[in-house]
Amino acid sequence: MSEIKYETVIGLEVHTELATASKIFCSCTTEFGGEPNTHCCPICTGMPGVLPVLNQKVVEFGIAVGLATDSEITPYGKFDRKNYFYPDLPKAFQISQLYLPICRNGVVAIEGEGFQKNIRIHEIHMEEDAGKLIHDPIFDTTHADYNRCGVPLLEIVSEPDFRSAEEVIAYLETLKAILQYLGVSDCKMQEGSLRADVNLSVRPLGQAEFGTRTEMKNINSFRSIARAIAAERKRQIELIEDGGKVIQQTRRWDDAKGVSYAMRSKEDAQDYRYFPEPDLSPVVISEEWQEEIRKGLPMLPKERKAKYMEGYGLSPYDAGIITGIKALADYFDEVNAIVGQPQEVANWLLGDFMRLAKAGEGDTFEILLSPAKLADIILMVKTNVINRNTAKEVFAAVWQEDLDPKQYVEEHDLAMVGDGDLIKDTVAKVLAANPKTVAEFKAGKEKVLGFLVGQCMKELKGKADPGTVNTLLREALK
Amino acid sequence: MNIAFTELTPIKAGEMVRKRELSVEELTKAYLKRSIALDGEINAFLRIEEEYALKSAAAVQKRIDAKEELGPLAGVPFGLKDNICTKGLETTCASRILGGFVPPYEATLMEKMSRGGAVLIGKTNMDEFAMGSTTETSYYKTTKNPWNLEHVPGGSSGGSAAAVAAREVPYAIGSDTGGSIRQPAAYCGVTGLKPTYGAVSRFGLIAYGSSLDQIGPIAPSAKDCAAILDMISGFDEKDATSMKTQFNAVAQLEGGVKDMVIGIPKSYFGEGLNGEVREIITAAIKVLTDAGAKVEEFDFSILDYAVPAYYIIASAEASSNLSRFDGVKYGFRAEDAEGLRDVYLKTRTQGFGSEVKKRIMLGAFALSSGYYDAYYNKALQVKALIKKAFDDAFAKYDMILGPVAPTTAPKIGESLKDPLAMYLSDIYTVSVNLAGLPGIALPCGFDQKGLPVGMQLIAKAFDDEKLLCAAHCYQQLTDFHRQFPALAGKGGV
Ligand SMILES: [Zn+2]
Repeated sequence: MSEIKYETVIGLEVHTELATASKIFCSCTTEFGGEPNTHCCPICTGMPGVLPVLNQKVVEFGIAVGLATDSEITPYGKFDRKNYFYPDLPKAFQISQLYLPICRNGVVAIEGEGFQKNIRIHEIHMEEDAGKLIHDPIFDTTHADYNRCGVPLLEIVSEPDFRSAEEVIAYLETLKAILQYLGVSDCKMQEGSLRADVNLSVRPLGQAEFGTRTEMKNINSFRSIARAIAAERKRQIELIEDGGKVIQQTRRWDDAKGVSYAMRSKEDAQDYRYFPEPDLSPVVISEEWQEEIRKGLPMLPKERKAKYMEGYGLSPYDAGIITGIKALADYFDEVNAIVGQPQEVANWLLGDFMRLAKAGEGDTFEILLSPAKLADIILMVKTNVINRNTAKEVFAAVWQEDLDPKQYVEEHDLAMVGDGDLIKDTVAKVLAANPKTVAEFKAGKEKVLGFLVGQCMKELKGKADPGTVNTLLREALK
Repeated sequence: MNIAFTELTPIKAGEMVRKRELSVEELTKAYLKRSIALDGEINAFLRIEEEYALKSAAAVQKRIDAKEELGPLAGVPFGLKDNICTKGLETTCASRILGGFVPPYEATLMEKMSRGGAVLIGKTNMDEFAMGSTTETSYYKTTKNPWNLEHVPGGSSGGSAAAVAAREVPYAIGSDTGGSIRQPAAYCGVTGLKPTYGAVSRFGLIAYGSSLDQIGPIAPSAKDCAAILDMISGFDEKDATSMKTQFNAVAQLEGGVKDMVIGIPKSYFGEGLNGEVREIITAAIKVLTDAGAKVEEFDFSILDYAVPAYYIIASAEASSNLSRFDGVKYGFRAEDAEGLRDVYLKTRTQGFGSEVKKRIMLGAFALSSGYYDAYYNKALQVKALIKKAFDDAFAKYDMILGPVAPTTAPKIGESLKDPLAMYLSDIYTVSVNLAGLPGIALPCGFDQKGLPVGMQLIAKAFDDEKLLCAAHCYQQLTDFHRQFPALAGKGGV
């Protein structure tokens, strides 16, 4: 590669499926899965003569997201038709918003290692999702499943404000947290309820104008997004360095192979023939309605993080991670309400807990242990029923099936030996059995104490507080 | 029993049933027999649904016997334009592409009519997807004008209008996007009401131009139309463009026209209006002034832009509305197609007639990138100007009066040869749709060939009751609406 340094410029279009009970224009359920074509009706399958009726909850959710991203809410909005033929779109048009989207000019603050910046939101619009095509390789046929047809989506379009994959991921994490805090989406990427299209171009560092961009569609995990960005940046730079030109086109990212393929270029881009949807009335949003929703907004990640830092004394890092996942923060609150030891709870959540919760595929985050049970474990440590090592063991054992930790400790006879005499006896026994080590200690070799503690713990089958053992050993060695 | 069909209006038929002079089944059977007999010549119906009709008749009779409160039209048979969905009954829009399509849902209109005890006896012919002014673009058959079988009945609700004119049915339901109720009503010498946009739910009406389409009645008189409007209008939660209005037009029919100020747009009587039609309309105006109405001419030159604006908007919406007919899920699919693109291409090529294709192409063009502002957006601006011109007029006038069409019904085959002339013949009706207003066509005379002439009254939005009142007043003073073609008088059946 040449001496030129390149800057990556990225804009994101994030589609999030809204967690309304029913679809955007009919009363069918939005539930994920289900036998193909069982969550459908004549409206969402676009039968002749049917009409859409807007689900007001979708507008409410749109307003909430707009307010949470400091966007301007459009007081008089409209829906438009985006026309194209495809079998997953039974009306042959998608009802979306082009001319008067629900929100404009928002901002999302992001931070990460070495950066802290504002990402501008160009617009947020409401639209309906399309169905799914399922290819049957055996019979070489394609089947249409319209269950997803008409599930409400918000498309959140950013300005091209990202300069690295890290910024993109930080933004997506932040956005995901906001959406989850608002309760407007479950943001399950593996189920397609959060999807991102990545617009990327490169330019020599210092150049003012943007390079030609490509768009990569529907990448469905953070990891894949980061990989796709790295690969596309590299592809574009190589192309330019080889004297070629980046062509404006849509590309499909193949995550398994780690490469993207050109799908269509700008020249054969579809003309969607947008025009105002005549079957829906304008979306009128009054100041009062906005205020009502503003008042009902929950505490957002930023505020909650501040509360954890100031109220509980957590570090910005700990507070950031815990409040970055709403379910985790809610869990934190529940456990802490019982045990009253915020730092201790935070330590638990950021250790093995996190690893187990993220053990699923993709970007899943699943908590299997109820908060009261983790509180029990923490309290057992606090009251010296078990020691820390045992606690970790118990935690790992009860996680999967949400078992009762107290019962587990009992059944497996893991409670610490509270009896001082037994520990004293064990100490005496160990010292007698290791005269050489005792001599070394007495000669000033402090390090060997650890070995002796270990021996005692072994004798006691780990059921003692290592601190107590330590103290008693020191006393005996005086 | 001998029924004087030519005398029997829907309201009278309803009274007979209520007074138990005859049963709903007897009435339905009589009309079935009559429409089957007459329709061999007229072709008003695409399908006469005997079994369905008799079943509904029996059900309505039971409700009457159970003393259920039903409207004035309970037990009265009617015909329904084939672009309105009927659950369990084929609905084709007179297009090949919807051949065999049986909706699994009911149009709101049908639900309301069933509640009122109306008895559907068949689906009427129309221009394919309501695109046309003659009912000749139907894929299935050409409907004839009962007054002269060599002439068209008008369109697109030509089947409905012809069926009523021949008294094959007491009344029928049509839809009006640019004149499709009023113009065939005028050509067939019956009364046709296009209600205010939003007054009647469009749920289940297979869309042509969604922002213009409106369902309405075609019947012998304005009084009948009032009773039908009362039954079919009102807010529907399934139609976001429907309005919270509940008309009670029958109760307000007798107000007369005394002191009403009627505006006459000069441009409605300009070049292009047939002389005979002009004379007949002028005579009609005199009837109203004699009854106490005041008449004033006014300038309405914006009318010149109505037809182009209408064809752009209606075609643009149609190009999108009709995209769903792709052979994938229902209706016709080309047999020789291989692969997705081919299915789309061949199904739509073979499934749509040429008038429909023409409008789809026109609409798609008007919406395409680079042309949107020059055509579609301009048309929307014209629409807004027309609306404003009407608003200004209604600040001064209670009603606007003019012709429905420049001529009487043309001969079959004449219009499609000169499509531009056919489009221009919509000049007096389309602006009403663009402005979302109510308009009514009522018979007011005959030309020398014996073909009916209709006049049009237009009122401001949601003044449908006032419109019907003026129309009723005119009909109290004239008897054009009581006349029927010779063919209809053939025997009592
Ligand atoms: Zn549905």
